[in-house]
Amino acid sequence: METVEKASAQAPAVSDAVAAQIKELEGRISTLESHGDKLTMVLFSGDFDKAMAAFIIANGAIAMGREVTIFVTFWGLDVIKKANFSTAGRNILERMVLWMRPKGAGNLATSQMNFGGIGPRLFKFMMKQHNVEQLESLINMATEFGVKIVACKMSVDLMGIKESDLIDGVEFGGVAAFLGDAYDGQVTMFI
Amino acid sequence: MSAITADETVDLKGLNCPMPMLKTKKALQAAAAGKILKVEITDAGSKSDMPALLKRSGDELLESSEEGGVFTFYIKKK
Repeated sequence: METVEKASAQAPAVSDAVAAQIKELEGRISTLESHGDKLTMVLFSGDFDKAMAAFIIANGAIAMGREVTIFVTFWGLDVIKKANFSTAGRNILERMVLWMRPKGAGNLATSQMNFGGIGPRLFKFMMKQHNVEQLESLINMATEFGVKIVACKMSVDLMGIKESDLIDGVEFGGVAAFLGDAYDGQVTMFI
Repeated sequence: MSAITADETVDLKGLNCPMPMLKTKKALQAAAAGKILKVEITDAGSKSDMPALLKRSGDELLESSEEGGVFTFYIKKK
């Protein structure tokens, strides 16, 4: 009789431990499941065609209900520059770099068949014929739908770019900002 | 002609990737649960894009067909 009572008294203690374990595992599973929902991109290139690819994928991912972060660095910064900004207040080297680089999504060169700027015009004309959205409009849509654009602060400073030279809504961050988002997602791209 | 009666028709003919998917998503977001959308798309990529999109969103693809370059999808909003 005594032993039976002992056993039944111990039973709830065991199931408490099991319940705690189940709860912990449920927590882990939900963390794992939520990880698939992010797409993180590094836009390193400032080429027109590659930027097109990046923003088409970003918009597609948004349509599929994913969170998207585009980490923009080095030549990629050309894509998110404003079409017009003054280079006043920069040193001679910074000015030189800014003068030599295209200003904004409307002035980029293609990675192939650029032909001194004729290539991009040709492609834009062909895109119009095929009713493909222009790059500027893809970027606008992306930001409108909540794509997070993070400019690499180190590259921005290095090239003498001011925050006001870039399109509105751009955030600033470093490698940890990118990795933080990348670790949260299953899909990471380098363009 | 399909036997399914749609509550709303979404005309996305002439649009190209990624616009048909974005606009389909927008239309689905705006629709009430259980409503049936008829979506018409000329972008041939939508043939494989649409099932992939709906797999993620959880909405049901009731029927799809192609006629004269127009892909028609009947989608039931979750």
